[in-house]
Amino acid sequence: MTDTNSYSAATEVASTITRRTRWERARITLKKAPLTAWFGMIVIACYVFVAVFAQWLAPYGEADSSFAAYAPWGDGHVFGTDQIGRDVFSRLIYGAQNTVGIAFITTILSFFIGGGLGLVASIDQGWIDQLLSRFVDILMAIPSLIFALMLLTVFGSSAWSLILIIAVLDSTRVFRITRSVAVNVAVMDYVEAARLRGEGLGWVMRREILPNIMPPLVAEFGLRFCFVFLTIASLSFLGAGLQPPTADWGSMVRDFAGLLQFAAFDLKAGLTPLLPAGCIALLTVAVNYVVDWFLHLTSGLKD
Amino acid sequence: MSNDSNQNAGETGEILLEMRDVRIEGWSDEKWNPIIKGVDLTLRRGEILGLIGESGAGKSTLGLAGMGFTQPGCRITGGSIVFDGVDLVTATETEKRALWGSRVTYVAQSAAASFNPAHRLIDQTVEATVSHGIQSESLAKDDARILYASLSLPDPETIGERYPHQVSGGQLQRVMTAMAMSSRPDLIVFDEPTTALDVTTQVEVLLSMRKIVEEFNTAAIYITHDLAVVAQMADTIKVLRYGQEVEEAPAREMLESPKEDYTKSLWSVRALHKETQPSDDIVLSIDGVDAAYGRGLKVLHNVNIQVPRGRTVSIVGESGSGKSTTARVITGLLPPMSGQVTFNGEALPPELKGRSKDQLRRIQMIYQMADTAMNPRQTVGEIIGRPLEFYHGLSGKAKEQRVLELLEMIELDESFYDRLPSEMSGGQKQRICIARALAAEPEVIICDEVTSALDQIVQEGILKLLMKLQEKHGITYLFITHDIATVEAISDEIVVMYMGEVVEQGSKDQILTAPFPEYTELLLSSVPEMDPDWLTKLAEKRGQEA
Repeated sequence: MTDTNSYSAATEVASTITRRTRWERARITLKKAPLTAWFGMIVIACYVFVAVFAQWLAPYGEADSSFAAYAPWGDGHVFGTDQIGRDVFSRLIYGAQNTVGIAFITTILSFFIGGGLGLVASIDQGWIDQLLSRFVDILMAIPSLIFALMLLTVFGSSAWSLILIIAVLDSTRVFRITRSVAVNVAVMDYVEAARLRGEGLGWVMRREILPNIMPPLVAEFGLRFCFVFLTIASLSFLGAGLQPPTADWGSMVRDFAGLLQFAAFDLKAGLTPLLPAGCIALLTVAVNYVVDWFLHLTSGLKD
Repeated sequence: MSNDSNQNAGETGEILLEMRDVRIEGWSDEKWNPIIKGVDLTLRRGEILGLIGESGAGKSTLGLAGMGFTQPGCRITGGSIVFDGVDLVTATETEKRALWGSRVTYVAQSAAASFNPAHRLIDQTVEATVSHGIQSESLAKDDARILYASLSLPDPETIGERYPHQVSGGQLQRVMTAMAMSSRPDLIVFDEPTTALDVTTQVEVLLSMRKIVEEFNTAAIYITHDLAVVAQMADTIKVLRYGQEVEEAPAREMLESPKEDYTKSLWSVRALHKETQPSDDIVLSIDGVDAAYGRGLKVLHNVNIQVPRGRTVSIVGESGSGKSTTARVITGLLPPMSGQVTFNGEALPPELKGRSKDQLRRIQMIYQMADTAMNPRQTVGEIIGRPLEFYHGLSGKAKEQRVLELLEMIELDESFYDRLPSEMSGGQKQRICIARALAAEPEVIICDEVTSALDQIVQEGILKLLMKLQEKHGITYLFITHDIATVEAISDEIVVMYMGEVVEQGSKDQILTAPFPEYTELLLSSVPEMDPDWLTKLAEKRGQEA
């Protein structure tokens, strides 16, 4: 029995005894990651590697059309050439850079817009919140693909207008989720304590609320990224996305779609349109695996 | 199933539940940690056993184990739990589920969180009884109405038709007792059923719980951290600490002559006492304040409070009496409709935005729940360091040095500098909150129920610390609480509030000495005393008056 006279606050037993740095914690978490999460992380790492070093990895240039059109697989061109004689393999590699890169920038931008406004709305909870939320409701009421197509025809299909339009349309979803998780944090005593201290809006947003809503936002980031990626691919497939000669997987699927009918004669030629489609599918699956794992970790189901 | 409902068929005195050398482990921090380290427990029919201890002592875990239930992340690793001939450690889930809700029932701490808000109370009261096939729905409902009546609920015939949000917390807790009683169980486990209630409500709930348990001769395990409460309810008291038994004795014996030092320390706060010193130097004055939330109901009516410098003024009253709203008016979170707050002879701007950094610095606040008052993602160094940086412009080494000094002032050491709130105990967290308030070098600290979420020993430590800091730095406290023992321990002056009005303000001796106004009398007499006959006497007294 401990003598109660020697009571001291420092010796009170707290729930956690071992003190770990953030790195150690991350390492332990990684160690316990399931196979699917590892698969996802490795695939994503490969995509990032290819996207970053596309210039050095690709055997030919992105717009180099100096070869014979519709060359078969092998023979200097691993996956043959396309309708105007560009190397398919090289274009797949450049496609990673363009499609993944643009999707990434778009997602980040949509998080800046949606997340920032969502935080402002959650702290304000007055007329600013009403105004923003209703405006978002209006935007969300319009089918986003059709809305994006319409805006792209108005503003033109440059890479930057593509990024801006999709980012703004997507930020409505980010706004919704940020606002809904942030309102729960905004009513916490520590946020009130910060306001009583006289802290400004920026501090409360960045330092008090944001760190506490990161887990759902990171998970949402993964999912949003997939959707943006698919939207860009769909828009490209419809011809309103990235314009030639920029290589991108969506428009490659469209360009090669006609080859499918030749599968009966040359199986490899028939497979060509499935290559960019496969690239899109694989990345989407990989991202979802990682997000699933992350959601599981942060949903409080652990231990 | 129906023959299972041989309610209280056994004789009083026959052993109902016997736990031998029970060991339970919980999974945390990547390993199994022992929670219960070999505890024996014997409960006879018709007997009430009080389980008492600090948070983390394992009392809830043990109480639930008495039902054969373990919380997720826990496992029973040894011992036997025999309930009326059935070993619950080896019993299958199906066997246990046949017992739960029919022969063994549970009353949780938070009634509000335990009821489904979408269903009527009476449907929830009889649900388990009906699904176990003990009684038909209509019979069970008739019985529920009788139970409501014997639990002294208002309108017992119709209250069951209401939804959980339409009754008060104390009423809900009684409905939950009715729910537990509906199947006429052999054993009820009460897990801190009155901890979340006001003293005045607590008395009513305790009385009705005791009455109904006696009426049906049910055995009960009563879990609480309040010795005075358990004294009213239990025949036998078992004190737990660190998952082990400290001592067990009949209630009277335990109160008159506790053997272990630890048991004595459980009511140590009640031994603290402060000599009052009068003072005329008013630092904070609240004059004629009316306040309301939104355009809704007015919650404060013409509140006048004078706070002398370097003294402690306690505001007491039950929940909804306007104590916390008064604090919000002072801090500027809720601008008053009329009246004003004067600080150091100057009128404070009513709104937070209108106040200068210096005015904000001089009035600091400490919250009830230290858990939610600190950002879980910030370390202690960041939490205490921020006001230093914000108000005093300290940074780098100077800031770190000052944080360490503050840690020393609150009796913690430098090893806490890098900790996150989740890595500290409740008392340590509250100390960090005190340090954060001190960092601003305030003149007035508003303490909103700062000790009510803490165990007795920890409470004592925190109160002592606050008094020491007051002596040394001349800080003025505005102490909001509903706990009269705390008030007695620390205040110079007392303000009694009821329904948004100040009933009385005066020095401690003046307020706590008879004669009392009606409400103060009710409040003071509702505070449980260390006397096993207290509740009985009180019931008699109030019964006579009524």
